[in-house]
Amino acid sequence: MSLTVTLATARRVLEQLRGDRRTIALLLLVPCVLMTLLRWVFENQPDVFDRVGLQLLGIFPFVTMFLVTSVAMLRERTTGTLERLLTTPLAKLDLLLGYALAFGVAALAQAALASALALGLLGLDPTGSVALVLLLAVANALLGMALGLLVSAFAQTEFQAVQFLPAVVLPQFLLCGLIAPRDQMADVLDALSAGLPMTYAVDGMTQLGHTSSLSGDLLRDLVAIALGGVAALALAAATLRRRTA
Amino acid sequence: MNSSPRPLPTAAVRVAGLRVDRGGRRVLDGLDFTLPGAAVTGLLGPSGCGKTTLIRAIVGVQRVRAGTVEVLGLPAGSPALRARLGYVTQAPSVYADLTVAANVRYFAAVLGVARERGDRALEAVGMADRRRDVVGRLSDGQRARVSLACALLGEPELLVLDEPTVGLDPVLRRELWRLFHELAAGGATLLVSSHVMDEAERCDGLLLMREGRLVADGTPGALRERTGADDLEDAFLRIVERAEVAA
Repeated sequence: MSLTVTLATARRVLEQLRGDRRTIALLLLVPCVLMTLLRWVFENQPDVFDRVGLQLLGIFPFVTMFLVTSVAMLRERTTGTLERLLTTPLAKLDLLLGYALAFGVAALAQAALASALALGLLGLDPTGSVALVLLLAVANALLGMALGLLVSAFAQTEFQAVQFLPAVVLPQFLLCGLIAPRDQMADVLDALSAGLPMTYAVDGMTQLGHTSSLSGDLLRDLVAIALGGVAALALAAATLRRRTA
Repeated sequence: MNSSPRPLPTAAVRVAGLRVDRGGRRVLDGLDFTLPGAAVTGLLGPSGCGKTTLIRAIVGVQRVRAGTVEVLGLPAGSPALRARLGYVTQAPSVYADLTVAANVRYFAAVLGVARERGDRALEAVGMADRRRDVVGRLSDGQRARVSLACALLGEPELLVLDEPTVGLDPVLRRELWRLFHELAAGGATLLVSSHVMDEAERCDGLLLMREGRLVADGTPGALRERTGADDLEDAFLRIVERAEVAA
């Protein structure tokens, strides 16, 4: 592993992103538009907006980074650049951490803009600090990125990669406690949701709705997110084979 | 990294009994040959005869069924070979959404070589004046040359090129072949695949493949002499016909 190569990879991924203005605009503006929409959906229920708005601030980075990363990595596979990189001294971890760094930066920009709008103009009022909201948003983005890297190994085309969003992300979205509280679900689903990473991403944001500091529950969520991300990255590394059939 | 100058091995690549199956089909069926060091060897044969699979086996990215592939004295795919080998795939494997300069800069960082090498590599392939262009807007031939430049960055001891001259105009092709021979004169070993026989004439040695087997191996002169043919296309046809009569 080499820090220079990791940083060079992060820089390269960001340069690719920078060249694609439309993706940047979508990445930054879509969460803001959706957040504004949500504000008027819950026009007469500010307390519901406080809860759901905060949870969505945790979900947006997860979903967008999942999508962007799975397509970016798939491109790397289909254009042959991945095979080329794997014939060089580059360590697999250099590539994965380079991606993590680049998309972490993109996620921070996305979360900062959406949070600024939600907290500043739309009147979202979390009990937790803005720094913790941002920290959790970036952690969620990295989790989504790690899962995206992993599923890209199972897609052969961009069509397939995009289909993994409903296949992998929607079930987590349904079970994470956003639509119905987890303790009111069937026991099996409650237990299942405890094993899904997005549950902790959303629970962490829920915690920030009513606690101001780094509570034990929030810490548990962050640890779960980190473990999920590391596990997904380790599995993704295992799918990067230097020798193929 | 290189603590002491190691003696040049006489054979840069040794392949023995190589068999590869892909998707239940035998693609390479028992290949045996050696590649001489510091020379340009052409790998010729019709499309689909297994050239790319053989190249992938030498580079160490192909899973093999049986046999051995030894590159620069080490088993193909050894980590120690990664810094000593350059590989250019048939489809240009560079980032289409980056500029020429950004591609070269990135691969130089990955290979751990100085950036100045990038300028030299781009000059060698005649792309120095297109540095700021986004690769995706270049022609196929120009993209192929950027891909080649990225493989030259590490000044590899073994350079494996899969159809590097497809779609290039004759002047450019001649210049690239001149570059290949310059590299070989500097001690590098090159394996260049092609499906057009008129490139065979430019090689120091030839490997002729057909349907997963090696049908001939030798210098262009020796192959012409052996078959009594005037040109290599004719020599190749005679070799294939003789093999069919024998079979």
